[in-house]
Amino acid sequence: MAEFLQQFVNGLAVGGIYALIALGYTMVYGVLKLINFAHGDLFTIGAYLGLTLLTSFGLADRVGPGVAVLLLVVMVMGFVAVIGIILERVAYRPLRNSPRLSAVVSALGASIFFQNAVMLIYGARFRVYPQNLLPKISLNLLGIYIPLVKILVLVVCVIMMVGLYLFIQRTTIGTAIRAAAIDQEAARLVGINVDGVITLVFIIGPALGGLAGLMVGILYGQIKFTMGWIYGLKAFTAAILGGIGNIPGAMLGGLILGVVEALGSAYISIAWKDAIAFCVLILILVVKPTGLLGERVAEKV
Amino acid sequence: MKFNRKRFYLAAVPIFFLVPLILNPYWVDVLNSIGLYALLGLSLNLIVGYAGLFNLGHAAFYAVGAYTSAILNTTYHIPILLLLPVAGLAAGIFALIVARPIIHLRGDYLCIVTIGVGEIVRIALINDVFGITGGANGIFGIARPRIFGMVIRTPHQFFYLIWLFVAITVFLFYRLEDSRVGRALNYIREDEMAAEACGINVAHYKLISFVVGATWAGMAGNIFAAKMTIISPESFSFWESVLMFTLIILGGAGSIEGVLLGAFLIIGLPEIFRELSNARMLFFGAAMIAMMIFRPEGLIPPVPKKYRVFSGTDRGETT
Repeated sequence: MAEFLQQFVNGLAVGGIYALIALGYTMVYGVLKLINFAHGDLFTIGAYLGLTLLTSFGLADRVGPGVAVLLLVVMVMGFVAVIGIILERVAYRPLRNSPRLSAVVSALGASIFFQNAVMLIYGARFRVYPQNLLPKISLNLLGIYIPLVKILVLVVCVIMMVGLYLFIQRTTIGTAIRAAAIDQEAARLVGINVDGVITLVFIIGPALGGLAGLMVGILYGQIKFTMGWIYGLKAFTAAILGGIGNIPGAMLGGLILGVVEALGSAYISIAWKDAIAFCVLILILVVKPTGLLGERVAEKV
Repeated sequence: MKFNRKRFYLAAVPIFFLVPLILNPYWVDVLNSIGLYALLGLSLNLIVGYAGLFNLGHAAFYAVGAYTSAILNTTYHIPILLLLPVAGLAAGIFALIVARPIIHLRGDYLCIVTIGVGEIVRIALINDVFGITGGANGIFGIARPRIFGMVIRTPHQFFYLIWLFVAITVFLFYRLEDSRVGRALNYIREDEMAAEACGINVAHYKLISFVVGATWAGMAGNIFAAKMTIISPESFSFWESVLMFTLIILGGAGSIEGVLLGAFLIIGLPEIFRELSNARMLFFGAAMIAMMIFRPEGLIPPVPKKYRVFSGTDRGETT
């Protein structure tokens, strides 16, 4: 039982990260009906930016670990959001009225571009995060040990998700985003600045993705330029699992996928860990393509 | 300028088959790689270009063909070229099983599922599934191919084997374009709804194109295994699928000349600019975006088909 709970908690922490990335996919898909293949690489960029700020600028030594982490979060989110805006302007906006294939290819191209840009700048090998950033404390809860880092990651994920949910549901801007996701033309007719909404989506999504990258760096201590690809695919799986275009769905899907994966690699086989997520993906698309919380059925497939 | 296909091939093919005589083995080997990717591109073109299905997991079928050949060759010592149809069949059956439940999925969903399939196959190969794939090391000691007692070993010999196969493929695929299946696919790509309304079984024809494309990739896998004599899972990564996909998009989806040109550019150019090898994928990505913005139909887009239309009297209306 303790083993089960331990894996469950591990799964929740990873699931929270998947959920954060999935939010970026699902928001972009909701508004543009585009799978942003480059999103996983924005996540990688977030992780590497965090590394640069920590090592090259020595952020932790200058301001102390607590403030450093806060500053890191803000700076990484800001930087990656800027890259997200540029990405949308350069690679997606000119293709707004093109066939879907064109946009997908452009997204793939952007993904290849980012991945190789990171490789050229930082090198192809694993890079290591500073280990002394956060105190290594574990909480003993019901016989299982939970490292402080994992709790922090989960807390940050939950705060971000709840914040985003309230923003989307309760504010005027959030309503505009939802309107644009349902029908862009109608949204334009009632005076919503759809281009502005799309830019906003490309600020929020990449910012959350970049934050997820930073947290993976802090949580696992190791980053690689190709990691965005696998995390991106899994996060996309999470988005589909929850029902793509659906924000609470992405959160739920991420957490479920993280837990399923953690339990699967503990009880089935760790070597097949990555395959589990893809099997879930195929199964969902074949059996229930709308996902767990998906709504607009007819449009989906 | 009007492109005369027949005249072009009549002029280009003999010259091309003489080219290896003046090239050193290294460059012939580059041409061999181009040939293999041309084969893969042509097979994927059936799926992406003709049927309009986004398949980003084509390496999976390539892998199934290569591994089938390698396993049967190393354990039962069946000559590798005899396994060509077996490799194709294995890949085709695998594609049928995989594609049957997902063929109805809309564009980008299908794309993601095929990525998933490709990754699952790769992970299965690494994990030594059924204990026959040799894990991460792969399979080695595949026998060299023989034709009429002659062992094919040097790049020059492989050049003729590979490009002969490419030539046959090109010929067959041209025939396919004008066949019933080709016309149906043409219709589906132009207007799926109208095609369905005219009584074309859309899912059926999509499945046919998927399976035939995968079969061809399986056969390309056989030749790859014969050429390398060692195969391992990393030869069938996602980036292989992306490479095949990109060369089609760059050259012109649905156009055989386009795919051939795409193979030359995508595989050949990096060899010419070897100093930039690290940055070449960077250019690749940027080029993909630029292509989609400025020339989304590819460098050599497919020529719209013209069909002779029978008027009512030609048909001999009797009713």
